[in-house]
Amino acid sequence: MRIHMTSVFVDDQEKAHRFYTDVLGFRTKHDVDMGGGARWLTVVSPENPEGAELLLEPAGHPAVKPYRDALIADGIPLAQFAVDDVHAEYERLSALGVEFTQSPVEMGPVTTAVLDDTCGNLIQLATEAPAPE
Amino acid sequence: MGIVADVFKALADPTRRTILDELTECTGQTLFELCGRLTTRHGLASSRQAISQHLDVLEAAGLVETRREGRYKFHYLDTGPLEEIAVRWLDRPGAPQTGETDTTSGTTHDTGTTSDTGTTGK
Repeated sequence: MRIHMTSVFVDDQEKAHRFYTDVLGFRTKHDVDMGGGARWLTVVSPENPEGAELLLEPAGHPAVKPYRDALIADGIPLAQFAVDDVHAEYERLSALGVEFTQSPVEMGPVTTAVLDDTCGNLIQLATEAPAPE
Repeated sequence: MGIVADVFKALADPTRRTILDELTECTGQTLFELCGRLTTRHGLASSRQAISQHLDVLEAAGLVETRREGRYKFHYLDTGPLEEIAVRWLDRPGAPQTGETDTTSGTTHDTGTTSDTGTTGK
């Protein structure tokens, strides 16, 4: 069994597409018109284009808003991405106007930061500390 | 009077003191960040709900202020109540003066209470 795809609900697919590609740096994998204004829209990491896809899914279901509002109020991220250097990403993304609810903090074996994807989600970035020699 | 009692009650719990330590390092944290810090840095495996209740106690004592900014809730340290304690017992004639150490002043020798420089462990 493999993890092939996971999803985040997004308020606006077009806006999310721009954020996840132009700002975060992912690459479009599938973009299929599903009719009614909805798209089957997935992105992948350019570092691993055959790896797991992230589906940017319309947030129209009435359960999505209360679910996300409650999690976001407490600062809980809905997805986590690995980065080589969370401090460098924090600087790069902040300069692009990305808002962070948590700047980089060392938490045990990882250093994490949490950003707002502008489409209704908090996303955690994490860098694993190098294994001790 | 009630507030000061709340402050002592709030400070009596080690987890709550650790929360204040972490907010001292970085004020303005989400519940998620605070829980992460408590777990990974202090080995405190309390539930999110338990931490939330600790924050309620700290907020009732005026030591933590919760502010909603946009869609997020951040927790800020407020040391105001601690200053009230300092004023009540420390900032009066005969007490060590804030801002200058009591090592040279002769103002404390008569109070019979706290002088740090005197014999401590009888």
